[in-house]
Amino acid sequence: MPYSAAINDEQVEVLITDVLEQYGYDFTGYSRASLKRRLLRLFGLDKQVSFAEFRYKIGNDSTYFKRFVEQITVNVTEMFRDPAFYKALREKVLPKLGTYPFIRIWLAGCSTGEEVYSMAIVLKELNLLHKSLIYATDINPTVLEKAAQGMFPLSQMKQYSENYIASGGTKDFSSYYSANYSLAKFDNELKTKMIFSTHNLVSDHSFNEFQLILCRNVLIYFDRDLQFKVLQLFDNSLENLGYLALGTKETTDFSPISKRYKRLETEKIWRKLSDENL
Amino acid sequence: MKTCKALIIGGSAGSLDVLFKVLPALRIDIPFPIIIVLHRKQGTDSLLSGLLSSKTALIVKEIEEKENILSGTIYVVPSDYHLLIEKDLTFSLDYSEKVNYSRPSIDVTFQSAAEIYSDDLVCLLLSGSNADGVNGLITVKNYGGETAVQDPVTAQVEYMPAQAILRANVDRVLKIEEIADYINLLG
Repeated sequence: MPYSAAINDEQVEVLITDVLEQYGYDFTGYSRASLKRRLLRLFGLDKQVSFAEFRYKIGNDSTYFKRFVEQITVNVTEMFRDPAFYKALREKVLPKLGTYPFIRIWLAGCSTGEEVYSMAIVLKELNLLHKSLIYATDINPTVLEKAAQGMFPLSQMKQYSENYIASGGTKDFSSYYSANYSLAKFDNELKTKMIFSTHNLVSDHSFNEFQLILCRNVLIYFDRDLQFKVLQLFDNSLENLGYLALGTKETTDFSPISKRYKRLETEKIWRKLSDENL
Repeated sequence: MKTCKALIIGGSAGSLDVLFKVLPALRIDIPFPIIIVLHRKQGTDSLLSGLLSSKTALIVKEIEEKENILSGTIYVVPSDYHLLIEKDLTFSLDYSEKVNYSRPSIDVTFQSAAEIYSDDLVCLLLSGSNADGVNGLITVKNYGGETAVQDPVTAQVEYMPAQAILRANVDRVLKIEEIADYINLLG
């Protein structure tokens, strides 16, 4: 099968080095199995014929490099993904944060924004949106442009509505958007408390202090060392008694920050302990 | 005896019953990991691991990402993630696009494992209603691994193993009662 022969392990490393040197994007800490699979997928999708040409195009065509970043990173997401998680946010986490005068939330690796709008809906229903600010970041500017538009395929709305109801939502989900041809355009009111910005978890620093950080299904693409580094970044960006939420298969266990965090029973949500509780 | 450093079993509709029959008959000193990729509904993970665990004395566990792959353990791929294998013999999970309308996709894991284990890999495809796994078996063969399928005649849904026989030039076609013996003789 050409599938496995098109790019070998050494060539993967060559591309990682090229991209770091020419564009400053650092993929060295990415899990190689996923990364190689994404590279082969892009190679096939774009009907590339040789590694040499593929490498040349990535290194010398900045428009193609944009596509490269977009395709190498995984941007699959949905609204109210893992409804039980959103139920825990709605019932356990956000009511606690609701006692604060102001709530700062960081959604790291927000991709096309489905989770950002989900979060805004929950905040609105808890009557907390007016005093919240959601910082939504991603490595990839193209997906952020989509996220800022707040338009998602109408064909997905049935699934999202089911997720929303399973997460404890009681409104008519369709009241949050208007149908616009094949797209569902979400209410502008939801957007008023969102700030979209590029941020590279590998190379960029902490930029604020938050009460809640969500980063779901991003760490799975990183090796253990990079995972620990990013968890440290989150720790530096989280207030005492703030919450950190990861994907269903991700964990703070084994990392140096784990001793400062206590997990909420069933979901992948951890609370940062205050100094006197350590 | 075929050298085996990992056995991967893929299945879809109708494959759970087969596993219920096979697992109790496996020897408990299996010298390689067994990785099970099953199509199923989201959010039924602990249920599935529990059910399988009740059928064998071997350790059955749902995969954690970046976990070391150990011999003598049965690993279940979590629902809604693809499973990939790293060169250092750890697991990676992946939430990218579905393949063959499936996540986990059997093709994805077969192909990833083929690169890592090459001719020390054995892959077995059970009952199912789509062709996920068939391309993976072809890759496994290309890397020198061994491929086996459940005899379609004994499958609740014959499409998946039948497609494999048609397209992947499989090494072995096994009736349900032959599967455990086959696995027990791998080493």
